[in-house]
Amino acid sequence: MDQQTPAAEHVAESSAHPTDAQMIQLLTPSGERTAEGGSAPYAKRVAHLDHDALRGLYEDMVLVRRFDDEATALQRQGELGLFPQCLGQEAAQVGSGRALAAQDYVFPSYREHGVAHTRGLDLAQILLQFRGVDHGGWDTEAHNFHLYTLVIGSHALHATGYAMGVQRDGLVGTGDPDRDTAVVAYFGDGSTSQGDVNEALVFAATTNAPVVFFCQNNQWAISEPTTKQSRVPLYRRGDGFGIPGVRVDGNDVLASYAVMDEALERARSGGGPTFVEAFTYRMGAHTTSDDPTRYRSRAEEQSWRERDPIDRLRKHLESEGAWDQGWAEQVAAEADALGEHLRTYVRALEAPPASSMFDTVYASEHGTVTAERAWHAEYEAGFETSEVAR
Amino acid sequence: MSGETQRMTMGKAINTGLRHALEGDPKVLLMGEDIGALGGVFRVTDGLQKDFGDDRVVDSPLAESGILGTAIGLALRGYRPVCEIQFDGFIFPAYDQITTQLAKIHNRSKGRLQVPVVIRVPSGGGIGAVEHHSESPEALFAHTPGLRVVAPSTPQDAYTMIREAVASPDPVLYFEPKARYWDKGDVDTSVFGTDASRASLDAAQVVRPGSDVTLVTYGAAVHVSLKAAEAAAAEGTSVEVVDLRAVSPLDTATVAASVRRTGRCVVVHEAATFLGPGAEVAARVSEECFYSLEAPVLRVGAFHAPYPVSKIEHDYLPSVDRILEAVDRLLSH
Ligand SMILES: Cc1ncc(C[n+]2csc(CCOP(=O)(O)OP(=O)(O)O)c2C)c(N)n1
Ligand SMILES: [Mg+2]
Repeated sequence: MDQQTPAAEHVAESSAHPTDAQMIQLLTPSGERTAEGGSAPYAKRVAHLDHDALRGLYEDMVLVRRFDDEATALQRQGELGLFPQCLGQEAAQVGSGRALAAQDYVFPSYREHGVAHTRGLDLAQILLQFRGVDHGGWDTEAHNFHLYTLVIGSHALHATGYAMGVQRDGLVGTGDPDRDTAVVAYFGDGSTSQGDVNEALVFAATTNAPVVFFCQNNQWAISEPTTKQSRVPLYRRGDGFGIPGVRVDGNDVLASYAVMDEALERARSGGGPTFVEAFTYRMGAHTTSDDPTRYRSRAEEQSWRERDPIDRLRKHLESEGAWDQGWAEQVAAEADALGEHLRTYVRALEAPPASSMFDTVYASEHGTVTAERAWHAEYEAGFETSEVAR
Repeated sequence: MSGETQRMTMGKAINTGLRHALEGDPKVLLMGEDIGALGGVFRVTDGLQKDFGDDRVVDSPLAESGILGTAIGLALRGYRPVCEIQFDGFIFPAYDQITTQLAKIHNRSKGRLQVPVVIRVPSGGGIGAVEHHSESPEALFAHTPGLRVVAPSTPQDAYTMIREAVASPDPVLYFEPKARYWDKGDVDTSVFGTDASRASLDAAQVVRPGSDVTLVTYGAAVHVSLKAAEAAAAEGTSVEVVDLRAVSPLDTATVAASVRRTGRCVVVHEAATFLGPGAEVAARVSEECFYSLEAPVLRVGAFHAPYPVSKIEHDYLPSVDRILEAVDRLLSH
């Protein structure tokens, strides 16, 4: 065939790097405000963010990065077993997180420390899991922030089901901004290949559930580039399911806020699900166990340092005359205090008693567990007496 | 030992076995997450993509059901896929494909179709990991007719058994004790294809002779069982250790022969004891060796609780102390 069929053209758009113009962007990499083409309608969604609010976003990102650095250092010192950094993804997470309302509910994967911060978690609690003293670590209901899900993609269905519950509760489309509720599933580019994620899209679309699928395309699933997962850009994944998709510059905190704001509004008002692709970059290793030199170039990593989301907002604040040295020092001091808090908190975390493994297996009495717990207690006690005897 | 014997780690032994399988049969291919440039998160496939190309060592999309389902299709088309599941706890998205399709297609087709898929699963605990990275789900698969379920415990067996698994006309779940990847041992690569090699997927082995108690074990728990046997010897108890190697099929003949000699049996594994492989072993032993038994068969394994946080995982896993406690109970009977 000489001419490409419309179908062939449709897949010709590659899943590899979009240009700035192919993403919703409100801050250029050099920190200037922009609202070209498709981005124009989003500008109004950040118009209310005054200098204080912008400085707030900056502060959020600085604290999240300090958390990342501190946790990584603690892992290196042997205080944590493992840690997955969100380095480079702060704007996508803080921007989208700050668009949430208190009643909204988040289902994170395992790298959403920035979102956790916007939900009011003491970030130290995230480290319980990575120190190996807790499988969760925080009160989900106090923050409307579910526990981290480590099995890739599972929680996209949980978010959808939770949203179906919200819908049944009549908390969609009431017009009351304090009651209308949206649910968000955060996951990565690699996760989009899982059956569960695609089934979530089916359920969300057919039930018109108030859920947002917020996919951070950090371009890597451990060692596999996004091109191993998809021929077309991920924001178009929703097309065939009947779910609108949008691609945002995930290193632009304002655009991430605006795009999430729109998606949440659609969900809360009864407009149904949205698939957001936040195009960003995992600047660090997959986790502290990973060695990215085996699969990607230093040059690539370097080129993304130039798109650092925190630097971008800083440049913007400076050009706006909103950068205030005294305030910046306060933020730095706050970050130092967070670092100190994390170190003290983590080092003081003791192993739970061995018997705790039996405590919460079931919500009600279960004879098998009761018997094994009793055996274990007796075994431990026998050990103590025999040690005394020796 | 032949001139083809080399000292290597268990991880390297599996790597070498995969290399030889790829060299020996153009239909063999490896599939899995991060097995190419990275060489897998445990580096078991290190260097293989470089040497065999990315169409034989395939970085698959992040979808276990997809990996297994397409492996079945490839096998039906005459290929021999060896799938890597990154960690034990991530096999479950593929559970449906494995149990309802892979295990049953041979039988469903009255034996006309074979699906020689190998599933490599780094498994077991003791590495200080977060949730889903330390589990021992072999009983779930051994409970499914149509699947062979094996677990090597030494570099030699790791090599031999991966070669035999790839050669097997049946689907094989090959559980790799990840905590033992770095153990070194001699590996003779010339054994593959001999009768002894063929037996490695079916036959248990006495790995330490003894006369007072038999420890029946496999995979990661062989190591701790041998340590316990050593400690018992220091206290004057002679412990025999039987490495099952395969959980399905179960070589009850070797186990029963040992227990008839010793009269006492403890089954040791990292999987939970409740409805675990040890329950089957204990039942078989009591059926076949009832009159030789001096005491009931005991089991040492994990509890009926989810794999705990890593700071207390050593209280959950079988330990030398827990094995010795069981041995003492048998001897004081
Ligand atoms: C079902 C399942 N399979 C495999 C893994 C191992 N694993 C952990 S993270 C990861 C890559 C995830 O990539 P992506 O979804 O892009 O998220 P990112 O880590 O980049 O944030 C893999 C394969 C897992 N956690 N769950
Ligand atoms: Mg990713």
